[in-house]
Amino acid sequence: MKPAPTLSVEIWRGARHGRFERFDVPRRDNQTVLDIVTYIQRRLDPTLSYRYACRVGMCGSCAMRVNGVARWTCRTHVAKVAKGPLLRLEPLANMPVIKDLAVDMAQFFDKQRQARGQFKGLSGRGEPVARISPDSPARQAADAGIECIGCAVCYSSCDVVGWRPEFLGPAALNRAWTLVNDERDVQQGERLLAVAGEAGCHACHSQGSCTLRCPKHLTPTASIAGLKRRTVQALLSGEAP
Amino acid sequence: MNPPRATVRAVRMWYWQRLSAMLMTMFVFTHLALILYAMQGGLTAAEILQRTRGNALWGLFYGVFVVLVSLHGALGLRAILLEWTRLGPAACARAALAIGAVLLVLGLRAVWAVTLAGA
Amino acid sequence: MHGNRYSNRRHASWLAFFLHRVSGVLLLIFLPLHFWTLGLALQGEASLDQALRWYDAPLFRAGEWALVALLAVHLLGGVRILLIEFRPWQGLRRGWIAGSVLGGLAVSFLFLLVSGT
Repeated sequence: MKPAPTLSVEIWRGARHGRFERFDVPRRDNQTVLDIVTYIQRRLDPTLSYRYACRVGMCGSCAMRVNGVARWTCRTHVAKVAKGPLLRLEPLANMPVIKDLAVDMAQFFDKQRQARGQFKGLSGRGEPVARISPDSPARQAADAGIECIGCAVCYSSCDVVGWRPEFLGPAALNRAWTLVNDERDVQQGERLLAVAGEAGCHACHSQGSCTLRCPKHLTPTASIAGLKRRTVQALLSGEAP
Repeated sequence: MNPPRATVRAVRMWYWQRLSAMLMTMFVFTHLALILYAMQGGLTAAEILQRTRGNALWGLFYGVFVVLVSLHGALGLRAILLEWTRLGPAACARAALAIGAVLLVLGLRAVWAVTLAGA
Repeated sequence: MHGNRYSNRRHASWLAFFLHRVSGVLLLIFLPLHFWTLGLALQGEASLDQALRWYDAPLFRAGEWALVALLAVHLLGGVRILLIEFRPWQGLRRGWIAGSVLGGLAVSFLFLLVSGT
């Protein structure tokens, strides 16, 4: 059965308070949700606010919730998600809404810093390049997680972030895990402290929404499990329980 | 390095939750097997007590089991209260501790009742 | 800030989390009753026997079945979490999700069978 020639789209308008506004959009073959939002903003309502940049699935800027599920709209074919007659678009969850489909990601990035998600080494440019074997288990663990581009789909999908606002979240903890496995880094002690505790890895219940939704198929659940083991190890070797 | 006490406490709680879980896999498995065996054809007080009365081994088994259950239940409840109610961390800890204590007392009393108590 | 709604949660791993949590809470509610009943032995065998005969009523028998199911589901779901957290990563262990539900039901029906319903 051919799909109807138009698609009804409900889009969140406003900030913290607002309403869903409906638009009717011509349906085409090979149409992505980003195509739809762009059509609406260019042809129907220029006041619609949304983000995108590369539109080819590399930057993560177009992330939003489509029918309740966080995804990259440039990589979401309408045919795949518009099973019924309606498409519902909302901004990412767990972050304050600036306007319409754009959210304030400041806290998301702050938590990367809180989790010690930055590399700190001792060598300068005068010293020889560090020799790290790519096959070492630590490097493989790091490599499994370093492709994260900070799109916040995982952060939006995580219920623990919603229930405990101070929780660092899957992206920050995943980043920390890649650095925990970087033998060149010299702030491992501080990092383990930063990711341990109530707001850290121990609040994760392995619900797995992050791992399921990551557009780059990363596994924050695995990274956080690694942090749990590593922090307990540090605790046991440092002091008696 | 001096980790903040709250952090150490949080790590320990996670650690004890997992440790009690690991130990309890054995206890629950044994308990379920026992229940399935004992429930054949119904169960009477005489049958239960005949097995447990004066038996220090069952007393030890169930005594340890009760301690693990109380710990695991209290720790689990604390997380649920923190996430699903508006109670603050201190109130959640107190409530969980209270429930844990109730389980411990009633549980150890039950173990005492079926093993060492007379008549 | 808008929180997630149910459409975000329709996947196996979330269900596993939810079942583990709910079964835990229900067990937590049941256990004091269980301990109190056994404690009746302090008042003599007859006291415990009377309570056990009470529990022969259909409502209680159904409750017992549910409890055995809950305990088994909680145990198997818990083993899954321990595997995720302590063993090498093998995904969200979806086999264990199905296994814990089916295993729990299987154990509970075995219980019904042996206790002569």
